[in-house]
Amino acid sequence: MIENLLLQVFNGLVNGAFYALLSLGLAVIFGMLRVINFMHGALYMLGAFGAYLLTAWWGLPFWWTLLAAPILVAAIGLVFERLLLRRLYDADLLYNLLLTFGLALAIQDAMRIRFGMQGVPYGAPAALQGAVEIGPLLFPAYRLFVLAVSVLACLGTWWLIDRTRAGLIIRAATERPMLTRALGVDVDRWIPAVFAFGVALAGLAGVLAAPMRNVSPVMGADLIITTFAIVVIGGMGSILGSVVTGFIVGVLEALGAVYYPSAANLVVFILMAAILLVRPAGLFGSADAG
Amino acid sequence: MTARRRIGWSLLGAAALVLPLVVYPVLGADILAWALFAAAFDLLLGHTGLLSFGHAAYFGCGAYVAALLATRLQAPFPLNALAGGVAAGILSLPLMGLSIRRKGIYFAMITLAFAQMVYYIANQWRGVTGGENGITGVPRGHAFGVSLVSSTVFYYATLVLVTLALLLCWRIVRSPFGRILVAIRENEARAQSLGYAVGRYKLIAAMLSGALAGLAGGIWVINHGFVGLDAVHWSTSGTVVIMTLLGGMGTRLGPVVGAALVIALRDAISAWTDAWGVVTGIIFIAVILAFRRGIVGTLEGALGRRAAPAPAVPAPERPLGTIR
Repeated sequence: MIENLLLQVFNGLVNGAFYALLSLGLAVIFGMLRVINFMHGALYMLGAFGAYLLTAWWGLPFWWTLLAAPILVAAIGLVFERLLLRRLYDADLLYNLLLTFGLALAIQDAMRIRFGMQGVPYGAPAALQGAVEIGPLLFPAYRLFVLAVSVLACLGTWWLIDRTRAGLIIRAATERPMLTRALGVDVDRWIPAVFAFGVALAGLAGVLAAPMRNVSPVMGADLIITTFAIVVIGGMGSILGSVVTGFIVGVLEALGAVYYPSAANLVVFILMAAILLVRPAGLFGSADAG
Repeated sequence: MTARRRIGWSLLGAAALVLPLVVYPVLGADILAWALFAAAFDLLLGHTGLLSFGHAAYFGCGAYVAALLATRLQAPFPLNALAGGVAAGILSLPLMGLSIRRKGIYFAMITLAFAQMVYYIANQWRGVTGGENGITGVPRGHAFGVSLVSSTVFYYATLVLVTLALLLCWRIVRSPFGRILVAIRENEARAQSLGYAVGRYKLIAAMLSGALAGLAGGIWVINHGFVGLDAVHWSTSGTVVIMTLLGGMGTRLGPVVGAALVIALRDAISAWTDAWGVVTGIIFIAVILAFRRGIVGTLEGALGRRAAPAPAVPAPERPLGTIR
C-alpha cells in the first residue's frame, strides 16, 4: 500500500513538473510583459511536434531535439511577439489575453489540418527506456529524467533571475520600469528576450512530454486551462511560488486519483475554489494583485 | 427616438421577419439563439467590465437541462428553455460568486477554469449528459397547441422569445441598476466609495447574464435536437467572445450583429473548408489589433452618436506582479 502511494506521489511530481515548467514560463512572461500568454499551451504542443518532426525529417536524436525544439519554439514565439503582441503593450491587459487566444486557436487548428487529430507516436530514447530500482520501488527511467530536467530548468531560471546581472535588470524592469529606464537601461530591448525565454520553457515541456503523452494538436489546450487554475492557486507573485504550486497540484491530483478516480481531473478546480474562498490572492500572491 | 434610429430598428425588425425566407430556418433560429447568448455575455463584458471566458458553462447547462426536460419529461418548448435559463442562473451563483473575488485578467482565467470543470463533469456524468454521445432526439413538441416540428414555425416562436429576452437585456442596461454596473466598469473604487455594494451588483449582473445565456442554450438545443460536449467546450466560450467583440461590445446591437455575422460566416465557409479554427483565430487577431470598437461601435462613432465605451478595464499604472 505504502509503495503504491509513493509511486502515485512520484507520478504526481512528474505531472507537476509539466505544470511547474508551464506556469513558470507564464509567470516570467507576465512579470515583464503583463501578458497572460494564452498561446502557452499551443507552444508547448509545438515543442512536442518540433521534437517529432526534427527526428522524423532529419533524424535528429532526442537529445538534440531537447535543445533544438525549445529554441525553435522560442523563435516562433518571438515572431508573434514582434509582429503582433508588441502593438498591444499599452492597451488593456485583457486584449493581450484575447489576442493570444486567437493565435492559439489558429495555431492549433492549422496543426490539426496538417497532422490530423489522432496525433503521432514518439518513442523515448533507448537509454531512458526501462525502469530504475530505488529501494523496493521501480521507477520508469524516462519519468525520472523528466523530473530531473524540469527541476534543473526551474533552478536554472531561478539562478538566472536571482543571481545574474541580466536577472537584476529584469527584476528592476518588472518592478519599476520607469525608474529602470531613468537609470539608462533600455527596458524595451529586454522584453523580446524575456518573452522568448518564457516560451522556450513551454517548448522544453513539450519536448519532454513527447515520449510520454500522445503528440497531438490539442495536447496543450486542456493543459493551459489547468495551468491557469494553478496560476490562480499560486498567485502570480513569484517564480518560486509558481514552481512549488505546480508540483503541489501535481501531487494532490495524483493522490485524488487514488481515492476518487472519477474526480481526478476536478481536483485542481476544487483547489482553486477553496483558495478563492480562503485566500483569494493565491498561496504566494500579494493582496493588491487585482 | 430620432428618425434615423427608427429606420434602423425597422430595418432590423424586417430582416428578422424575412430571415427564414433567405437562409434555411434552422440557421435563422441558430442566429437568434447565439444573438441572445452574445447579448447576455455582453451584460458582463460591455456593461460591467468583466471578461468571462467561461460562458459556455451556462450556455451548455441551459442546453443540457432543456434537453433533459424535453426528452424525459416531455416539457413543452418555452418552458424547457426557460427552465434551462433558471438552472444556469443557479449554477452561476457559486461559480460567479467565487470568480468575482478576483478582477480583470484573473477573473477571466478563473471563469475559464470553472467552465472546464463543468466540461469534465458533463463528460463524466454519462447517465445524465450522455458523455461523448450527448443527448440526441430532443423533440420540439408543441407550444400553446401549435406544433413546432416545422423549422419555420419554430423560428417565429423563437423570434418572439428572443425578442422579449433581448428587450429585457436592454431594459436592464438602461435601468438605474444598469447605470451602476457602468459605474463599476468605469471606476470600481469610486462606485464603492459612493456606497454601492460592488460585489453584490457584480454577482447579480453575472447571474442575470448566466441565466440568459442558459436560456439561449435551451433555445439552441430545442432548435437542433441535439446537445453534445461541444456546448460546454472552451471554444464555445471563445466564440461568444469574438461575436461580441466583432459586433461591438457595450453597444445594444453589437452582440446581435456579431452573432449573426459569425454564424452566417461559419455556415458559408463550411462548404469549402473545415479550417474554422484558423478563420476564427484570424478574426480574433484582426479585431483585437485594428477594430476594437467592433462594427456597431465604429458605425456609431462614424455617425457621430455617443462614443463607444472605453475599454472594459482601464490599464493599471502600477505593476500587477513582479518577478521575485
